[in-house]
Amino acid sequence: MDSGKIDRGAPQQTLAELRTGQRCILDRLDLPDDLARRLMELGFLPGNEIVLGRRAPGGGPRVYRVDGSEVALRRETAARLYVRRDPESDLIVLT
Amino acid sequence: MSSCHGDTPRASLLPNPNIAPPRPPAERPIIVAIVGPPNSGKSTLFNRLTGLRQKVANFPGVTVEHRMGKAKLKSQQEVFLVDLPGVYSLTPRAEDEQVTHDVLTGARSDFPKPDAVILILDVTNLGRNLVLAAPVLNLGLHTLILLNMADDLAARGGKVDIGALSSELKSPVALISAAKGTGIESIQQFLLGTAARLNAAPSRIELPVLQDVPKCRQWAANLGKRASYRPPAPPIWTRRLDGIFLHPLAGPVIFALIVIAVFQSIFSWAKPVMDFLQGEVASSGVWMKQVLPDSPFSSLLVDGVWQGVGSVIVFLPQILLLFLFIGVLEDSGYLARAALIADRTMAKFGLQGKSFIPLLSAYACAVPAVMATRVIENKRDRIATILIAPLMTCSARLPVYTLLIAAFIPNTKLLGDFLSLPAATLLGLYVLGFAAAIVTARVLKSTILKSKNTSFVLEMPPYRWPTVQSLSLRLVDRAKVFLRRAGTVILLVSILLWILAHLPLSGGKMPTLEHSYAASVGRAIEPLIKPLGFNWKIGIGLITSLIAREVIVSTLGTIYGIQGNEPSAGLQAALHQDLNTAGAIALLIFFAFAMQCFSTLAVVKRETGGWRWPVFQFSYMLLLAYAGSWLAFHIAQYFLQ
Repeated sequence: MDSGKIDRGAPQQTLAELRTGQRCILDRLDLPDDLARRLMELGFLPGNEIVLGRRAPGGGPRVYRVDGSEVALRRETAARLYVRRDPESDLIVLT
Repeated sequence: MSSCHGDTPRASLLPNPNIAPPRPPAERPIIVAIVGPPNSGKSTLFNRLTGLRQKVANFPGVTVEHRMGKAKLKSQQEVFLVDLPGVYSLTPRAEDEQVTHDVLTGARSDFPKPDAVILILDVTNLGRNLVLAAPVLNLGLHTLILLNMADDLAARGGKVDIGALSSELKSPVALISAAKGTGIESIQQFLLGTAARLNAAPSRIELPVLQDVPKCRQWAANLGKRASYRPPAPPIWTRRLDGIFLHPLAGPVIFALIVIAVFQSIFSWAKPVMDFLQGEVASSGVWMKQVLPDSPFSSLLVDGVWQGVGSVIVFLPQILLLFLFIGVLEDSGYLARAALIADRTMAKFGLQGKSFIPLLSAYACAVPAVMATRVIENKRDRIATILIAPLMTCSARLPVYTLLIAAFIPNTKLLGDFLSLPAATLLGLYVLGFAAAIVTARVLKSTILKSKNTSFVLEMPPYRWPTVQSLSLRLVDRAKVFLRRAGTVILLVSILLWILAHLPLSGGKMPTLEHSYAASVGRAIEPLIKPLGFNWKIGIGLITSLIAREVIVSTLGTIYGIQGNEPSAGLQAALHQDLNTAGAIALLIFFAFAMQCFSTLAVVKRETGGWRWPVFQFSYMLLLAYAGSWLAFHIAQYFLQ
C-alpha cells in the first residue's frame, strides 16, 4: 500500500476515532486484500477526502461520504482505515 | 419490427443478420455508439438525440438489448446512434459487458465497428464513472465525453474544471443535463466533426493497466484532482430523509411502523377485491354447472379445473400489493437504510446487514432472494442466507395464511382500527418466519458454517421517487409468473387430483371421495399427520403442496368442489368440517416452516452447485415444520378447550 504520505510526526488516527461531521484525508487501508480492493472501488483511495456521516441507530455501522457516494462501514472496518486531518477545515455542518 | 429504417443498410441490425455486407466507405453512414454506466442518463440522452426515430433490438444469441436511432445533423447529414447496455467496465465478465466490448472493438460480425463514441458519465459521481473512460479511450476511437447531471452538481455544491479534464484526456469534454436538454449543442458539433475526422487518428494518452481496478480508480481520482473536481454533497432530500430514517429514536420506530402498515394494508386493502373475485369464481361455477350438461366432463371442468385454479387466482391482488410495497421500498432507497438499521441485529446472529436485503425480498419470493444473495461476498454467509431464505414468509404462503386466518381467526380489533386480530396473526406469522430464520442462521453459523468475522460494506443510494414504469414492470412480471403457474402446474395438479378422486370405478360408477385413490393416498399418510391435528383430506393438500405452497388451496378447492359443497358457502366454511382451530394453527405453523417449493429447490441447487444443500434445506425445514406444528397443535388444544 502507498505509505509514502504518512506524516510520521503526527500520531496515526483511524476513521473510527472521528465524529459525525468531521472530515479527513485517507492515508492507508490496513485490510485484507479483497476487502481493501472493494473499498477502493467504492472510492476509499489514499488521498481522497472522507466526511463522516450518520451512525445507524443503536451504534450500528456509520455512513461515510466519499467521492460523491455514501458508503456504510462497520466500526471494526473503519478502525483499519488510517487518516490524516486538516485542522483548518475540520468540521463541516451536516444537514 | 417493421422499422423506421426501411431500406437503409441498418437491416443488418434485425435479429437475423448473419453477415454485414461490406459497403464502400463513401456510402457507409456514420455510426456513433453511446456508452456509459447504468443510470448515467444514457437513455435520456439517446431519446433526446433521436426523438421517436428509434427501435429496440436484441443482438442475436444474447438477451441484452440495445437501441438504434437516427439523429439528423444541421448539415442534413444523418448519423446512426446505437445505445449500448449500461456498463461499469469493458472487462467482458457479464453478458452486457461482453456485448458492449465486442461492438466497440468491431468483434461482432453482425455489427460494424462504430466510427466514434459518446461516453456519458454521471458527474455527481465522477470518481467512479471516470474509470470507464480508461477502457473506452483505450479503443482509439474519437470520443466525446459528456458529463451529465451538471445542474445537479452545481446545485449540490460540487464543481469540475472541464477545460483541465479535456486537456488531460485529450478529448472534448462537455457538461450537460440530458434531462433538461442543456449543453447538448456540443454533441451536434462533435457529430458534425466526426465525418471530417474519420481518417485522422485520435491522440493517445497514458492509461492505467485496465485489469487493475484499484489502479484505474486511482487514475480516475488523480484526474479528478487535476480537474479540481469537488464531489457534490448528497441531495438535500436524501440528507433530510436520512436525518429522520436514521434518527437514533425515530429511525427504528418508523421502521417498525412501515412494516406494520404494510401488513395491515395487505389485509384490508386487498380484501374487497378478493371478495369480489371469490364471488365471481363461485357464481360462475354455479352458472357453468347449470349450463353444461351433467357429465363427468362438466364435473372435471367445474369442480376440478375451475374450483382449483379459481381458488388460487383469487389471491392475485394480495400478492401484487405485497410486491408493490417491496418495490416501493427498494426503488425509493429505503431498503438500504433498513439494511443499515438491521446490521447490528443481524451481526448478533452471525449474519450481516446485507443478508437483510435478500431476506426481505424473500418475503415476496425465495427464488429471486436466493439469486440476490450473490451480493454477499463471504461464501459461508451466502450459503447460510440461502438456507434460511425460504423461512421468510413468501407470497405463495399468503393464500394459505389468508384462507386459514379468515376461516378460523375471529375479526376482533386489537388497537382500534389500526390493527385487527387477523392482521396481527398474519404479522405474527411473518415475525415467526423471520425469527426462525435468524435463529437457524445463528445455529448454522456457529456449527457447520462457522467463519471469521465478516465485513459489512454497503452503498447508500440517494432517495428517489419510485417510477410508475419500474413498479408496473415488476407487477406485470409477477402477475405473469403467478398466472403461468396457475395455468400450468396448478391446472395439471387440479386435473390429476380430480381424476384420482374419481377412480377406481366400481360397477361402472365413480366412487365417492372417501373411496377414491386420492383418499387412499391421503389415508396412507394420515397416521403421520394425525398428531398434528390433520385428517386425510388435509393430507392430500400437504402432498400436492410439496410442488408449491399455494397448491393446497386449489387442492382443497377441488376436493370440496367434488364433495358437492355449495360453492357460494366457500372454502372457508367447508374447512371447518376437517379442521378445528388448533389444527388450523398447526397447519399455519407447518406452512411457516416447511420447504414446499420445487422452484426454490431448483434455484438453490443451481446457486450452490449440487444437491447437497437443497437436500439439507428440505430436510431441516420439514423437521422444523413437523416439530413446530405438533407443539402448536397441543398447546392450542390445551388453551382452546
